[in-house]
Amino acid sequence: MSTKSKSIETKTDFNQDERLKKVSKLKLLLNRPELGALGGAILVFIFFGIVAGDTGMFSAYGVLNFLDVSANLGIIAIAAAMLMIGGEFDLSIGSMIGFAGICIAIPAIYWGWPLWMSIIFAFSMAVLVGYFNGILVVRTGLPSFIVTLAMLFILRGATLAITRLITGRTQVPGLRVLIEDDPLAWMFATDTFKWVFTWLGSMNLIALRTDGTPLATGIPPSVIWFIGLAIITTWILMKTRYGNWIFASGGDKNGANNVGVPVGRVKISLFIGTAVAATIFATIQVLDAGSADTMRGTLKELEAIAAAVVGGCLLTGGYGSAIGAAFGALIFGTVSMGIFYTDVDTDWFKVFLGAMMLIAVIFNNYIRRKVTESK
Amino acid sequence: MSDYLVQFNNISKFFGKVIALKDVTMKLKKGEIMCLLGDNGAGKSTLIKTLAGVHRPDEGEIIVEGKKTIFDSPKDALDMGIATVYQDLALVSLMSVTRNFFMGREPMKGPPFFKTFDIEKANKIAAERMGQIGIDVRDPSQAVGTMSGGERQCLAISRAIYFGAKVLVLDEPTSALGVHQASVVLKYIVKAASQGLAVILITHNVHHAYPVGNSFTVLNRGKSLGTYEKKNITREKLLSMMAGGEELDKLEVELQEMNRSSTN
Repeated sequence: MSTKSKSIETKTDFNQDERLKKVSKLKLLLNRPELGALGGAILVFIFFGIVAGDTGMFSAYGVLNFLDVSANLGIIAIAAAMLMIGGEFDLSIGSMIGFAGICIAIPAIYWGWPLWMSIIFAFSMAVLVGYFNGILVVRTGLPSFIVTLAMLFILRGATLAITRLITGRTQVPGLRVLIEDDPLAWMFATDTFKWVFTWLGSMNLIALRTDGTPLATGIPPSVIWFIGLAIITTWILMKTRYGNWIFASGGDKNGANNVGVPVGRVKISLFIGTAVAATIFATIQVLDAGSADTMRGTLKELEAIAAAVVGGCLLTGGYGSAIGAAFGALIFGTVSMGIFYTDVDTDWFKVFLGAMMLIAVIFNNYIRRKVTESK
Repeated sequence: MSDYLVQFNNISKFFGKVIALKDVTMKLKKGEIMCLLGDNGAGKSTLIKTLAGVHRPDEGEIIVEGKKTIFDSPKDALDMGIATVYQDLALVSLMSVTRNFFMGREPMKGPPFFKTFDIEKANKIAAERMGQIGIDVRDPSQAVGTMSGGERQCLAISRAIYFGAKVLVLDEPTSALGVHQASVVLKYIVKAASQGLAVILITHNVHHAYPVGNSFTVLNRGKSLGTYEKKNITREKLLSMMAGGEELDKLEVELQEMNRSSTN
């Protein structure tokens, strides 16, 4: 490779230059961190296309179903991936989901706050929790694994204790009636592009209910948030200064500091990012279910990290992609829903999840060695 | 006032009771390469950190372009044009050449609030700058991890120069390199000096320092043993000064005795 391109370089011929560019573009694609997840997602679709192609999995309703599950996971997986690229972990994502849920439900139901105010309150708490996680990791220099593991217990415990103290129960129902006419809740609770589905239904292209309305009513809000976040975070990573700082902070903390990257600020902002993403997840779920549950989000932090790893993030930081994490979430969501359409017992899902992650880690490790190997 | 670009006069640094540096004086003109030689523990690291603004000298003065200054932080030193390239180079091996080159100082484009990292411009500058040193960056988006040690060293130096260094402080730039790589880096250092930079080259390798240096300062146990112009000193003399002459002489005698006893 090296001798070949060197001989090309010595001649400054324009045609040769064009050829050189083509080679490097192919190499560029092969070196992208999300390649594995993209390939995995394609394989998963081929697999279910063969195994479950004639079931309802790929009807409009089925597709929206697995997209919804993927999107919910994707929202937190993208934030977890950003943080992992920045060189840290957040194990408190799942607990933050439960905590954010009751931060919305208790003020709205027991204190009589308007729903929009409760939602803003929940997001403010998320910023505080994220900031606290971040400042603790940056100031003490302790591994984020330990700091956020502590936060996992603290938040889950506080969620349970506070909820029982105020309500006497562990669930807070009754939110559904508050959604209508709320100036903020629609952002987390409205299906969009309904007209498309109504039109498709009227053309008899998708399945209808007995009353003539389509079974799939619109794109769920989670999917819109998911796609929006995937686009914005990818843009940040690839195209902004802050994105470069995230890679630098995760790749070599001291080196980045020495050339003037505000590593501490970058990391704190990424911790706030995961807590806020957990709150987006919680808001969508709480408004969809109409109730908050103190156990909501349990183990979600590990699924988010698994999706990020499948998406090409290195556990050591400095490498990965947001779009890869999105594909990782898509793989998990598709399999977790698709398995219902096959003859396979759903108990096997976790086995698949673990195996997928193991393969991804081995693959990523190989890629990393390829990227950094010396001449 | 003076034709010196930078002067470090009688610098001393104490850590509690320990005298890390005592009365070290160094003066550099434009285009000059001064080699700072010293064995391990001679106080090189302390001196580098003092030059870079990490430590504040307890005694002595720093004069940059005729003006007396105090460095409160590494940023102060950098703003005055004194750039230090540490041994770890501050490069991230998983990031691309371009992203490393502009790390922390990314060129921006676009309207306010929507400014983006101008990666095309950055790629162009990085490839151009590396090309000037004779390193063909076939693809500036390739990871730094794929470069050789010498190329990385040159990248770090080239970055410092691009961002306005007048005085380069290089910490053991050749210590981790093979013979060929080291000569490439040394050639680049000479080239940088010929363009008007002053270079302080810190090393314990006389064989690397002697061909490129204009003057040599030898540091031993925190004290300067003096600064010598190249014409006034030989390679052997420098070597023996660094090691504290007697020690090597003693070693030679010992070795001879060992040889004699083993042949017997």
